[in-house]
Formats: sequence, C-alpha cells, structure tokens
Amino acid sequence: MSKYNLNNSYKAVVIGGSAGSFQGVVKILSQLPKGFPLPIIMCLHRLKHVRNGFVEALSIKSVVQVTEPHDKENIKKGSVYLAPANYHMSVELGLYFALSTEEMINNSRPAIDITLGTSAFVYKEKLIGILLSGANKDGALGMKHIHDRGGLTIVQEPSECMIDTMPRAALAATKIDHIMKVDQIVEFLKELDKQYR
Amino acid sequence: MLDIDIADLKRISELIYQKYNYDFRNYAMSSFKRRVLRIMELKKLSVDALLKKLTEQPSFINEFLDELTVNVTEMFRDPSFWRIMREEIIPAIMLNHKQFKIWHAGCSSGEEVVSMCIMLKEMGILHDVTLIATDLDVNILERAKLASYPIKNMELNEKNYIRFQGTRSFKDYYREENGNAVFNKDLFMNVSFRRHDLVTGDIFNKFDLVLCRNVMIYFNQALQNEVLKKFHESLFKYGYLAIGSKESLIWCDYANRFIVVNNEEKIYKKIKD
Repeated sequence: MSKYNLNNSYKAVVIGGSAGSFQGVVKILSQLPKGFPLPIIMCLHRLKHVRNGFVEALSIKSVVQVTEPHDKENIKKGSVYLAPANYHMSVELGLYFALSTEEMINNSRPAIDITLGTSAFVYKEKLIGILLSGANKDGALGMKHIHDRGGLTIVQEPSECMIDTMPRAALAATKIDHIMKVDQIVEFLKELDKQYR
Repeated sequence: MLDIDIADLKRISELIYQKYNYDFRNYAMSSFKRRVLRIMELKKLSVDALLKKLTEQPSFINEFLDELTVNVTEMFRDPSFWRIMREEIIPAIMLNHKQFKIWHAGCSSGEEVVSMCIMLKEMGILHDVTLIATDLDVNILERAKLASYPIKNMELNEKNYIRFQGTRSFKDYYREENGNAVFNKDLFMNVSFRRHDLVTGDIFNKFDLVLCRNVMIYFNQALQNEVLKKFHESLFKYGYLAIGSKESLIWCDYANRFIVVNNEEKIYKKIKD
C-alpha cells in the first residue's frame, strides 16, 4: 500500500494550467519516471496565434517528447500530449483525440474544461486530474466532472501558485482529493509509476 | 447540470436524417454532444422536448442547424498558411492556368472567402479566379453574402492580416455601418454562394484548389474518408487541397492519391486520378 493509497487501475493523467503553470509543468515533465505507463494529456492556456515554440519549450527538459496531436489521433500509453493553439481538444470514447474550433469557453481556446470534461466522460474512475496555477476559473467544472465520475482530483497548493484563482475555483466547485505542491505531484507520479512495475 | 446520453444523441441524428436528410450520424461525438447541449440550454428544451419540436415543427430545422454547426472563424486564420498560398500555391497554379477555380467547402460566415478575395486582389488576379463557396446552413450563407461582420472582430482579423503581410491597410477593405464592418462588394464579383452538403451532396464542379479547413474535424474517420473521395473527384489532376493545420489525411483510403506539398500548413496535391 502506497502513501497515497494508489493502485494500477488508472488509465490516464490529465493536466490543466494557465498563468504561472509553465515552470510547474516543466518540473513535472523533467522528473517523470522513464517509461511512465500512462498517457499525460495537457491543456494549458497559450497564445492563440502562436502555433510553434510552446511544445518545443516544454520538450527541452521533458523525459518524453511532448506532441500536439492531430485530429482523430490515437492516444498512446506513455505519450505526453499538449492541446494545440486555437483548438479545443476533446478525448473521444475510442481513445483518440478530436479537435474543434468551437466558441471560446472561459475566454479560452483550448479550454481546460473541455479536455478535462471529455477525459472524465471517457476514463471515468480511471482518470487522475491535476489543475495548476492560473488566473481564471477554467478547469473548475472539468475537475467537478472528474470527481463526479469517480476520478482522482489534485490541485496545486494555492500558496505556491503564481496566481491561485484556478485551483481555488476548483476547490470551491468540487471535492479535491489532494492539494499538493509541484514537488509532491512529482513524488505522487513516481509512486503511481511504481504501481505498474 | 444539463446532460444527454449517447442513445439520445443517436435518436436526434437519426430523426434529422430520416425527416430532413441532413446526415449528422457520423459527426465526432464530443463536439456533437456539446452542440446539442448548447441548443437545449439556449432554447430551454429537454431531450424529449427537442425531439418533439424537431418532429412536429419543420421550420425549426434551419435554426437548429444554424446552432448545431460551428460558425466560429476568423479572417486570415493561420497567417503563415496565407503567405504560403500567396507565395507558392497560387503561383504554382498560375504556371499552368491563367484562369482557375477555387472551392471553399464549408465556408460558414465567409471569413475565409473574404481573406482569399483580399489576397487575390492584392496579387492583381481577382478577375481571373472563379470562387464557389458552399455550406449546408442556409442562414449562415445569407450572412456570408452580406459580408458584414461585428466591428469587434476586426481587431483579431486585422492582426492576422498584418501577420500575413498584406500590402494595404486592412481598413481599406471595409466601411463601418451600425457597428458592423461591411466589406466592399467588388471583392466578391466572382464569388457565388451555394447551399451544398458535403455529406449527402453530389460532385458539382471541378476545381484547381479546394479549401476545407477545420470542417472535417467535426466528422468521424469513416466520414472523413468519404468526403476526401469527393474532394479527390472534385479536383483536377495536380489540383490542391488545403485542410486545417491539425487535421490529417494519412488514414484515408485516398491518401496515396495525394502528395504533401506543405506539411506544416497541411496543403496537399492530387497526383493520381
């Protein structure tokens, strides 16, 4: 039995973040155990008109190459995905991504609520949702969907966040299982990795 | 919280198909679900009330389609795409044809048509090009024909135009009227707008360039496959097809009848009949 009462039934990790989340994401990706068994699906707020550079910046220190999926691309174990600029990114029941150019949600495209909400629908209790620093409430509803469908919810410790609006909105919207600093999230993912060895 | 299950979504798409011959049965599920939920919320309808209204009130279908289809777009979306169009693709077409034809498939409210016409005008070849812009939604086609857009959208459009490195001032192309930017009619002298459904519609013409950017993302793979066959048949040999920057054709049956001309901007060329 591990510290966080983990098991190997989880099928995916989904991460949302906005203002102030970049460093945290870089840290998580750079300390990810080699051969981490689950797909990591990330939706981070980003400049709408800048298509290039972000995924490269995240990949520099990442253990795994980060990719922006194409529409209808299959989700593979151990891959790290980032929602592309100016598209919403959904997870579909056949375990593939679908992109869309629908209206912005919470002033955002990609919107974290869409990626988290559709992931919750598909993975149900086999999903871990992590919400990091950010300046608006996008992601709070998505975290509620994850909790309501039996998934595990984690937010970054608000005091550690550059801007704590996003984790606080999630804390107000639903039950959050763990409040963690980025270092603890890293430890958590290492613990999780061990369950699959 | 409003929700709808997949069985009900299937009942809705089946009803629309049987009664109105619009085929949404192969639409991508998560966005189709969001669109239907959006309509239910907007119109304050339960699933049963929505089904009843679609069954008993045929006039509701146009309004329904207008909300169901995604009509959010911008002028010169992906400015780098438009630069490649201007500097590589259009000149390549003109090597062989002085006059040529473009199809905007799923043109929505017409922003891409406006962009194309501005680009062709700045290239001095607007007279030589025939453009056909189609959409399945008659309401949105009427809006596209007006070429009138909220002035608040112009900030983003102008930014894109500047990144495209247009040769004029963007404001030269429209006048302000009651909070709208109304684009100059002479830009559209060679454009015809037509209702056409990519899913159920026939091949209606042959083109040198087909643009269908961020339309097929709303289709599942089976439907993408069928629609690509239609584009293939609608293109002259060595004609070009442009799709959205994060779309892909590689899993389609007809993919090997095209070559990739620009992978970053997703521009393909038909090389085999």
